[in-house]
Amino acid sequence: MGDMVKGNNAMAEAAVRAGARLFAGYPITPSTEIMEYLSTRMEEVGGTFIQAESEIAGINMVIGGAACGVRSFTASSGPGISLKQEGISCASGEELALVVINVVRYGIGLGTLVTGQSDYLRETRGGGNGDYRCIVLCPSSVQESVDLVTLAFDLAEKYKMVSVIMTEGALGQMMEPCDFPEFQEVKRQPWGFDGKYTNKRVSPIDRNAIEDAAALVKKYAAIKENEQRWEEAYLEDADYVFVSFGLPGRSTMGAVEQLRALGHKVGFIRPITAWPFPEKAFENVNPNVKGFITVETNSTGQMVDDVALTVKRLKKANMPVYCLPYIYGIPEMKKIKLDFLKIQAGEIKEVY
Amino acid sequence: MAKARKTPAILSNHMMFCPGCGHGVVIRLIAECLEELGQDKNIMFGIGVGCCALLNIGLEADKFNALHGRCGAVCTAMKRVNPNTTVISYQGDGDAYSIGIAESLNAAYRNENFTVIAVNNTNYGMTGGQMSATTMPGQKTATTPLGRDCEITGLPLKFPEMVSSQFNVAYVARGTVTTPGNVNKLKGYIKNALEAQLKGEGYSLVEVLSPCPTNWGMTPLKAIERIEQELIPYYPLGEFKTREAR
Repeated sequence: MGDMVKGNNAMAEAAVRAGARLFAGYPITPSTEIMEYLSTRMEEVGGTFIQAESEIAGINMVIGGAACGVRSFTASSGPGISLKQEGISCASGEELALVVINVVRYGIGLGTLVTGQSDYLRETRGGGNGDYRCIVLCPSSVQESVDLVTLAFDLAEKYKMVSVIMTEGALGQMMEPCDFPEFQEVKRQPWGFDGKYTNKRVSPIDRNAIEDAAALVKKYAAIKENEQRWEEAYLEDADYVFVSFGLPGRSTMGAVEQLRALGHKVGFIRPITAWPFPEKAFENVNPNVKGFITVETNSTGQMVDDVALTVKRLKKANMPVYCLPYIYGIPEMKKIKLDFLKIQAGEIKEVY
Repeated sequence: MAKARKTPAILSNHMMFCPGCGHGVVIRLIAECLEELGQDKNIMFGIGVGCCALLNIGLEADKFNALHGRCGAVCTAMKRVNPNTTVISYQGDGDAYSIGIAESLNAAYRNENFTVIAVNNTNYGMTGGQMSATTMPGQKTATTPLGRDCEITGLPLKFPEMVSSQFNVAYVARGTVTTPGNVNKLKGYIKNALEAQLKGEGYSLVEVLSPCPTNWGMTPLKAIERIEQELIPYYPLGEFKTREAR
């Protein structure tokens, strides 16, 4: 095992090793260490670091770098990510490969500084104007954060789109032992600007929106088919299946182990890609399962919608889907266990 | 003997500007300067939103149509990752001075080494002639049908003066397209700006007072007259920050 590294610093170093050579961003808790780290690190590797005047400028600088085929990324949180949505929409429409790290903090508007998962629906549905999706990767440990940074750039370039790493405040701030990957060869994507008009970018004025839409639908279908990622356990005999991602997912996995030790037949699915949602994992579930339970740190329950839709696709009529929304923080295993018993006792009703 | 003026090679498509518009002249001058400086195959454009976006179909060159107002940020990054490529931000007054004032000012503030060409026609042309930051006092637009009331909308913005007097930048000028003499002077300003960039001196800006006959409700000749009589006294022509003075 490697040294103890803070989650945010680890993602920043992983991006440098993945060949990212432009970072532009604006400080916001709890993501700021990423830019602090890169303020000197980018220069060491001959990359570009820009402290932008706003999150809006930051994402548009990333767009400028990505348009030139340079691995480019930004990081922010809460309202900062909101400000970037127009840029993310633009990059999605232009089919630019870039990475956005959202170190999620809980809350509406300015929100709080507390860790949470309140951005699930926004991240998985695009977030800006227009009909588009971003690949959304959700780590549950510092090591996984590092691994997903590399994957985020690879997938962004493979599909020419925006990859979002939806981590959480606590995961950005906590330290864990972690191994870093080797340095990748730094190269520019062949579709980028070179000043010589080698790649003729079709302007928004000249595009055929109907053809563009058909191509995007095809691309998103391929991603749904090929890029679903998740971790699962105990699905074959499960009476109840927990679905939870990120740090709450980690807590849930612990709760599942403890519940099984007590004789409860429970299993879990921990989505690693929130989009595409890991529908395929649900095909591995016991056909006689009695219900699904999402564990989320938001107030209304967000991922529960995707679980319900997936259950509907699997044609499981009247399958109850429960939600345990813990608002913010990281739910304790004993809390999840107690709430599971309440579900079993009929004290917590299903959402769908 | 009259000298034949060859059309620059990268200027290959039809423009779609209204009759009497100044944009076409400005784009032609940019293309000529790039060719004369040997940069026509080493150029990237950031393009604003509005009539300036019609540059998309006018030039055979790398160009990115930025979001409204964000050229300053896009061009900052383009130049940082390509220090040896010429980068031009082509914007209108609405794009550069209203919605994009933060990106425009901050690019100048950081003295980013790219060139801004800001075409000032004192209104939002593409959306049908609404008030912009540079609309003149009393000027009738779609959103000031009774004439601009500067008591409640502010005074017309002089961005070149602001940038040249307050920030550490390389070159700032204002030209116009009203007469052959002014067109020649404007070309000199654009060339100076690009040369400043080529030599790595920093941020350069050329504002162009440009006629908008369609939205001003004037003939092209009347529009040129308006620039001479009304705009130039408020928006003086010339160089505000010269390279020699650095």
